[in-house]
Amino acid sequence: MSLLNVNNIQKSFGKNEVLKSISFSLEKGEVLAIIGSSGSGKTTLLRCLNFLETPQKGKIIVNDKVLFDGDDPSKKTDSQIRKNRLHFGLVFQSFNLFPQYKVIDNITLAPMLAAKEQIKKSGEYMGAKTYKQAQEIIRENALSLLERVGLSEKRDAYPGNLSGGQQQRVAIARALALNPDVLCFDEPTSALDPELTGEVLNVIKGLKTSDSTMIVVTHEIDFARDVADKIIFMDNGVIAEEGAPEQVIGNPQNPRTKEFLSRFNQF
Amino acid sequence: MEQFINVSQQLLKGFGENSFIFIITLLLSLPLGFIVSMGSRSRFVPLKIVTKLFVWIIRGTPLMLQLFVVFYVPPLMSGGSFNFPRMNAALIAFVINYAAYFSEIFRGGIEAIPKGQYEAGQVLGMKKSQIFFKIVLLQVIKRITAPIGNEIITLVKDTSLASVIAIPEILMNAKDFSMQGLIWPLFYSALFFLAFCGVLTLLFSFFEKKLDYYKG
Repeated sequence: MSLLNVNNIQKSFGKNEVLKSISFSLEKGEVLAIIGSSGSGKTTLLRCLNFLETPQKGKIIVNDKVLFDGDDPSKKTDSQIRKNRLHFGLVFQSFNLFPQYKVIDNITLAPMLAAKEQIKKSGEYMGAKTYKQAQEIIRENALSLLERVGLSEKRDAYPGNLSGGQQQRVAIARALALNPDVLCFDEPTSALDPELTGEVLNVIKGLKTSDSTMIVVTHEIDFARDVADKIIFMDNGVIAEEGAPEQVIGNPQNPRTKEFLSRFNQF
Repeated sequence: MEQFINVSQQLLKGFGENSFIFIITLLLSLPLGFIVSMGSRSRFVPLKIVTKLFVWIIRGTPLMLQLFVVFYVPPLMSGGSFNFPRMNAALIAFVINYAAYFSEIFRGGIEAIPKGQYEAGQVLGMKKSQIFFKIVLLQVIKRITAPIGNEIITLVKDTSLASVIAIPEILMNAKDFSMQGLIWPLFYSALFFLAFCGVLTLLFSFFEKKLDYYKG
């Protein structure tokens, strides 16, 4: 069974059907790129996976565990939803770093809170028996993540003093700090100029080699072709075409895909 | 010289009343204002309507009228068997009035925080209370420091309105002197307000500087 299975996800806002019936699966270590025009439902799909939106129908299964089932009428408790969310990480288009915390504290804030809670409940967090030990582990981990995104020297800076590209790299480290099964990126470079886009895309590329499973919603077609194992082209709330990059981008079959990609070649 | 000491004593005594009203109002109206702001942000529509109506009435009528109402209406309605002591009546009116203003400042401050801050906390598995206290609260405080400071400085001077229900505050005493032919105590009383507001201004700019360590 795949790491992630998404079955028949449907989501409407009022009468507006944003996701009509989305199904796909993802193996561990795979990178999925989702492309498509604005309003095609890409972002909503990611938000459903992260439980920021609740789909009306469908199933979300991670590692054989059903996290969401639209047919299950029982209402999920807050703590269940919080637990489910930890299977996924999300990197936002607008970074959403916490401005009042230093870079390092942006990364450690959530793990520290989780550690406190878990040690109280089960007496253990990632092998640490006391909160103090956990803090040490979390900090070490955060520092190595910062190194991975190339920002070790910025650990005591505040987000407001970083460039957009640096902020996004911190946001990536922050999402990784909780060890999600699947890391999602919602147009991670759309708020950046071309120069800064490169540094963020390089970081994401670097993650691929470390076996992270990722879903990247992007308008960077070249990047998608380079990095993705699988590409989904979404149009109007459905998956219009999916497959390997060379197939979807190199030799698209669906007329909508052709039309969409042709606009990128005009320049 | 003897006259100066006498005036100083009277004014100081009066300003004690002003300061008392100021401090009690501040201590009670800030938390009450926070509760009211929660009401006006509530998803429970009747509660929201009631709080909005409350804020509209309190902000839409003169504080002086509210003082009259709290002080004179209960004895009139009860045929004289029930009334608030003057100071209590003043405090009730001031606390309610300022809570309404503070609630709107809080509401504005909370609503100005981008949705992305909440969502970032959510996807990191944080609880609602953690998101509020660890992420949102300080950002709200930073945003509302200046308008709250403004309101607090207005409160210092508004305390003089308590004289309309015959609380012997500083301006009332100064006016009494002017009726005896002494004009300068009026200007002298201004110094008390200036000094008090000066201290508050310094306090607030210190506080704002403290929060200046980050942008946004």
